[in-house]
Amino acid sequence: MSGRRIGNNAQAALRFTFDGKPHQGQAGDTIASALLGSGVRIVGRSFKYHRPRGIFGSWSEEPNAIVDVTLAGVTTPNLRATTELLQDGMDIRSVNARPTAEGDRLGLLDRLSPFLPAGFYYKTFLWPDWHVFEPRIRGMAGLGRLDPGNEPPAEAAIVNAVCDVLVVGAGPAGLEAARDAAIVGDRVILVDDQFAPGGSMLHREPEGAAWAAKLVAEFEQAGGRLLLRTTAFGIYDHNLVCCWERRIGASDRQWRIRPRRIVLATGAIERPLVLPDNDRPGVMAAEAALVYLRRHGVMVGQRVVLATNNDRALAVADALRQAGAQVTVADLRDGATIDAIHGANGVEAVTVSGKRVEADCVLLSGGHTPTIHLFCQAKGKLRYSEDIAAFVPGDPVEGVSVIGAAAGDLGDYSVTPAWPKPGSKSRQWVDFQNDVTLKDVELAARENFRSVEHLKRYTTLGMATDQGKTSNMNGLAAMAAITGRTIQKTGTTTYRPPFTPVPFTVVAGRRRGELFNPTRRLALEAEHRAAGAVFREYGGWLRAAWYGQGTATDEVTREARQARETVAIFDGSPLGKIEVFGPQAGALVDYNSYNTLSTLKPGRIRYGFMLTETGVIYDDGVVSKLADDHYVVSCSSGHVAGVVARLEEWRQDRFDPRQVFVHNLTPHWSTLTACGPRAKALVDALSLGVDLDDAALPHMATADGSFEGAPARVARVSFTGDRSYEISVPGSKAASLWQAMNEAGRTLDAVLMGSEALLLLRAEKGYIIAGKDTDGTSMPQDLGLTGPRDKRAGEYVGKRSLFTENAMRDDRQQLVGLTVSDGGAALTTGSHAVAQSGGSRRSIGFVTSSYDSPTLGRPIALGLIQNGLARMGEEIEFVHLGTPRRATVSAPCAFDAEGSRLNA
Amino acid sequence: MQLFSCPFCGSRDETEFVFGAEAGKTRPEPAAEVSADTWGRYLHFADNPRGPTREIWQHVTCGEFFLMERDTVSHAVAATVDLRGDKA
Repeated sequence: MSGRRIGNNAQAALRFTFDGKPHQGQAGDTIASALLGSGVRIVGRSFKYHRPRGIFGSWSEEPNAIVDVTLAGVTTPNLRATTELLQDGMDIRSVNARPTAEGDRLGLLDRLSPFLPAGFYYKTFLWPDWHVFEPRIRGMAGLGRLDPGNEPPAEAAIVNAVCDVLVVGAGPAGLEAARDAAIVGDRVILVDDQFAPGGSMLHREPEGAAWAAKLVAEFEQAGGRLLLRTTAFGIYDHNLVCCWERRIGASDRQWRIRPRRIVLATGAIERPLVLPDNDRPGVMAAEAALVYLRRHGVMVGQRVVLATNNDRALAVADALRQAGAQVTVADLRDGATIDAIHGANGVEAVTVSGKRVEADCVLLSGGHTPTIHLFCQAKGKLRYSEDIAAFVPGDPVEGVSVIGAAAGDLGDYSVTPAWPKPGSKSRQWVDFQNDVTLKDVELAARENFRSVEHLKRYTTLGMATDQGKTSNMNGLAAMAAITGRTIQKTGTTTYRPPFTPVPFTVVAGRRRGELFNPTRRLALEAEHRAAGAVFREYGGWLRAAWYGQGTATDEVTREARQARETVAIFDGSPLGKIEVFGPQAGALVDYNSYNTLSTLKPGRIRYGFMLTETGVIYDDGVVSKLADDHYVVSCSSGHVAGVVARLEEWRQDRFDPRQVFVHNLTPHWSTLTACGPRAKALVDALSLGVDLDDAALPHMATADGSFEGAPARVARVSFTGDRSYEISVPGSKAASLWQAMNEAGRTLDAVLMGSEALLLLRAEKGYIIAGKDTDGTSMPQDLGLTGPRDKRAGEYVGKRSLFTENAMRDDRQQLVGLTVSDGGAALTTGSHAVAQSGGSRRSIGFVTSSYDSPTLGRPIALGLIQNGLARMGEEIEFVHLGTPRRATVSAPCAFDAEGSRLNA
Repeated sequence: MQLFSCPFCGSRDETEFVFGAEAGKTRPEPAAEVSADTWGRYLHFADNPRGPTREIWQHVTCGEFFLMERDTVSHAVAATVDLRGDKA
């Protein structure tokens, strides 16, 4: 036992277990202070060699004490014991140790360490394949255990704030700066990641807490806002500072603060000395010992050896002596040396300047490294300061100032560098958390990984969850010494957010599940639900896939069959309803379309493609011309936003934006479709005031009527190949139109049809879904629609691309129908068409849509096949997951090729 | 997260904007007279300068395209200018 609690224990005891053993702590303890106060020395095993490790630091720099914590049935992995507030009933487990940190089975790995240098795994497990070995090796390393049952609630709110000044760090420098700014009238937010304001004052000055309380009172009196337990973890573009606020009894919050000016008062972190066996349990940062003593009443050892190269650590020796410890100071500046640290499971003795000293604790102070992470994230550059033997902020960054210890201002401070000395026979740790020794740094240099960025990636130095807060400076100084370069020239690795690990729940906030990408809802969702709809998402919309309790196949087949026999009612509301108005409306829609549209007579509709500038089919749909200055673009449901964006871009870029307007009415209107042989009878019964006679309203015509006093637009457009009427009304009339159509359909034996049956029926007709039956290479000529390409004069989007060398190739994939010729079931969508070519088989295309057609009583399919239009009647082999199939190339339209049913 | 200033709506989060093109890029026409090389450059090439640049962006929320002068290194936005002036 080394650590113990001193002073009064008036505080209520908090019970907890560590690796199954019961312990007690007190209010205000961190897990680390409670463990130290209970005499626990080994708190974990190292990442690679499974060496026993103890608590090294006192806050977010801690490299060793990583624990899984279970509280109220919820396990949170990989928490830093030094930053977690102890709570009653915590079940705490060490990581990377089985069964416990003290009795880890893999501890013997350390004996193999001479054979496990940096890069060992990659060099050794090359044959037959690294991936064969990877799972077991990863299993031996690794951190905490994920509890699959723990899906944390998405409750973390994201709070936006603006202020004049954001001060990060409520230590002596930050508190004064924040108070002064508040007093002169700035809106100030002060954040600090600790439980109490004061920073180093809390353990360095006897009256530190009172001093901090006074400043906080003045600060808050002047209108300042203090956020405790709040880590500023990242600075992003344009001075956005993201902070993680931890709360007990409430969900955490992410603060996104946009200050005019950022003041970084983030302090400095003490680094260890790189010495033989400097990772033994009981080896700690000197400052940490003072924190545990003054803030938690915990003595970290009784017989302490303190090794230092600076005078700031000497105060720690005095404090420990006053508290009753026996302290041996090894001041390296006076020529003292630490030759060995003894004790396999924790410090037992230290050889100081050749003489063995019995000890239970070694305190190391290798100097202080300013915490400049946020400054570097703000694109600040660093300068090496010989005065304090560390990097300090270089040229100022606009809007960011650095003060106090973070700026290298360590007060009355002198330090003599004691950088790692290469060439030692002993093992000296540089990075505790990732188990990187000085020898690994030397190996990296020998193998020419000499840049700090290479050093980091080759040895994993500084890549652990502590991000090298205690190790980076020593690591790069070692590399500088090995390569004979200066420390300034060697430089640092790039600092990136986050400063400390931040839970994804805090990053994501409430944007999870449905809120991450909300589905669009139909005005008639409740009506569909009442009618027994099964919902699926199509192009971002939640739509009825089919109706009824039967299997999907049975219900879809029933709906499809009845739609061909009687009449189907279908909710097509997500279909695009983009209105284009103005004198230049015709020119705009023409320019954005493969087909000319302005030549239509008012009241007529034309089918066509919208291309990208690369000539690829972006969308297909119909455009209605209502008048010379009024068009309605009815694109496919999933492309509405994209089509609006294209129209708007060309409207402003190419046309006079005062002469043409684009207005998307899609979400505001509902569209119900009646399709099938009895469609006309059904629409007749609705009395829309539209002449439905085929002479007045033929296929591909539109007319305006009214429904219950509201405008109703009727369009004869068919996606099933049967007579169809699309009736669009304002959303407020959708429910009564739905009811009226259902009532009218009762005597006509009408059927409610979901999206799946529609997809089937359109495939029978060879009608495409853009993006499903076409891909990112499909051009109009690949679908056999060459008219505009061959004849159309004038410019339109994508025109030039239709005549490139690539567009002229004769092996382009073209849309065809596929008729199964081996007597089997429907092909699998995605199956590849294969052909022999030069002795090997290769893919010449694939199946894009495939269904069992109830109308035809056989499977049907569409596919994109190389030179497919010239292969009519040819039998092709298809393969899906090794299973061969055969099908004959046919016309895409498998049903009613002459189109007689459109007017039946 | 950057802040851009829409000339019509003011300072907004960058997620409300989409990039249009580098300013000054024009569409080569008519199609029959445009060489493959010229068309390829129009489709796929951009100057992508390091430092100050002039670009066309759209504020998706209001729909307006505008000119933005910004620096690709510092991400500082020097100016945003509406494109209506020369046409009004």
